[in-house]
Amino acid sequence: MQAILSPTKFRSGMRFIRQFAQSPIALAGLVLIILIVLLAIFAPFISPQNPYDLMQLDIMDGRMAPGTQSSAGFTFIIGSDDQGRDMLSAIFYGLRISLIVGLGSAALAFIIGTAFGLTAAYVGGKIETTMMRIVDLQLSFPTILSALLILALLGKSVGNVVFAIVLVEWATYARTARGAALTELRREYVEAARSLRLPHRNILFRQLLPNCLSPLVVLLTMQVARAITLEATLSFLGLGVPVTEPSLGLLISSGYEFMLSGTYWIALFPGIALLVTIFAINLVGDRLRQLLDPKAAQK
Amino acid sequence: MTNRLEIRNVSKRFSRKSGVVERGAEYIGLKAKNPVVRALDDVSLSVSQGEVVGIVGESGCGKSTLGRVVAGLLQASEGSVLFRGKRLDEMTDKDAEDARLQVQMIFQDPSSSLNPRQRVREIIGAAPLHHGLTTAWELDGYVSQQMERCGLDPSTSTRFPHQFSGGQRQRIGIARALAVQPDMLICDESVAALDVSIQAQILNLFLDLREHLDLTYMFISHDLSVVEHISDRVVVMYLGRVVEEAPVGELFSHPNHPYTRALLQGRPSLDPVQRLFSAIEGEIPSPLSPPTGCHFHPRCPFAMERCRTERPELRSVGAHHTSACHLND
Repeated sequence: MQAILSPTKFRSGMRFIRQFAQSPIALAGLVLIILIVLLAIFAPFISPQNPYDLMQLDIMDGRMAPGTQSSAGFTFIIGSDDQGRDMLSAIFYGLRISLIVGLGSAALAFIIGTAFGLTAAYVGGKIETTMMRIVDLQLSFPTILSALLILALLGKSVGNVVFAIVLVEWATYARTARGAALTELRREYVEAARSLRLPHRNILFRQLLPNCLSPLVVLLTMQVARAITLEATLSFLGLGVPVTEPSLGLLISSGYEFMLSGTYWIALFPGIALLVTIFAINLVGDRLRQLLDPKAAQK
Repeated sequence: MTNRLEIRNVSKRFSRKSGVVERGAEYIGLKAKNPVVRALDDVSLSVSQGEVVGIVGESGCGKSTLGRVVAGLLQASEGSVLFRGKRLDEMTDKDAEDARLQVQMIFQDPSSSLNPRQRVREIIGAAPLHHGLTTAWELDGYVSQQMERCGLDPSTSTRFPHQFSGGQRQRIGIARALAVQPDMLICDESVAALDVSIQAQILNLFLDLREHLDLTYMFISHDLSVVEHISDRVVVMYLGRVVEEAPVGELFSHPNHPYTRALLQGRPSLDPVQRLFSAIEGEIPSPLSPPTGCHFHPRCPFAMERCRTERPELRSVGAHHTSACHLND
């Protein structure tokens, strides 16, 4: 157990990868994530159509069933939406938005929350209490409600969605970081660093941070999935990304109104894409937690 | 000659601060006040340049707290710490920082006192680089020099702490402390976690370093044979107070305080006649509510009425030998 937790770098890194791969399900999740990311990156090259280019859209192709020939000559493998957009292309492009929002907001929240939590634990005393009360306050608001409120005030844009998600998610990192830092602060190497009169930034970022990373990395993976879900929810409710840059959530939302008229594919396939993405991230996150979180039982 | 280190009437109390609601509850009598632990109770001590002072006592007697107060890791609640005759709290911040850098600590557990995510090079090199004792250009040479001095192979400087044995890790800890060129080391149970054969190596390293670098040591240990081996003078502590202080030979041949005598009797011996252990009666009392008068009286075979009420002062009972016991009157 100790060998997994404390050391890093190459040799133990290799061992870590081997241990990770011992779970075939987690490995499948990882492969899926890589595949999804590749699809998103190379969307312009593999999509039959650029769904953002209005010149390529033909309104006459609207709501075509899967397998129909388009007027431009290619096949709508999984159908088209009411604007005549190829759903497959729309999903590839939508994945881009979803992943950018998910990764971007999770990473930003990670940086802000971790810095906040570490500082609170290190400073201690009344300042720590005040800082953590702010975190409690933030966590006591319902996530979607506060995100909706922020977006209603700021208006729709990808940047604003990221901002809103960061604002509602950073507190989780702060709390986890503080908890991890409190245990590490009691270890003697921190006392040694203080006795050597190392500057505060060294103690915070060179001593504490690397030793608090394990639970935070686990949280980060989980929160990426959460951020993607949140973005999809917000877009579905009509307050997320603008219509010109549809994410998966917005695609589901625009297909939702045709669900009962038999045009099921507009909502169904983006839904499946979203499900698979989140499922894959969660599989990897679960495995990481098994390996990295000291509280999870080691088998 | 001024002392390298002097501690005057230092006390250290630990208690949890009450919040606003708790203070209100205490005020109207709903809740008892938070208990106070007196880890150090009016301790005075002096260490001269180049001396090795051993601090002994059972666990919980405040010896580690004393070490941490001297190293500046804890703030004394009362009393003052003097370095070379100057009070720390009267120095400017800059001078106090410099003075404290001169006192370094060697910790008990070499596996938790080294950052598991840093390479030896960074563990040893970070502080001297920050304090300008070496430059980024010369850092490798400087670190190698520190490692060699402590008996480590400089080619291992890019390894992580877990790749070393316990004894080597302790050497890394010593090299890290010496890299900032201190003249005093506080060893807090520094060999307690090591095998006996490794203990001897590390103790000899301490003695060698003392000779070469003119180091002063404060050697905190519960192990009497280790203290006898390395110290010039020994201070015996019990529940936050100093009960006896004497040069090492004197203390081990003529212990005065009943507690010291009991400690010495309790130690294993190779002499077949002395194989019987006589454990000190009872447990060490809780420092939350120490006994009145002499702290040792509930366990002392010679306790009198006076010991229950009056605190004994440290008194001279021989050359450089002081003891706090009413029996000496």
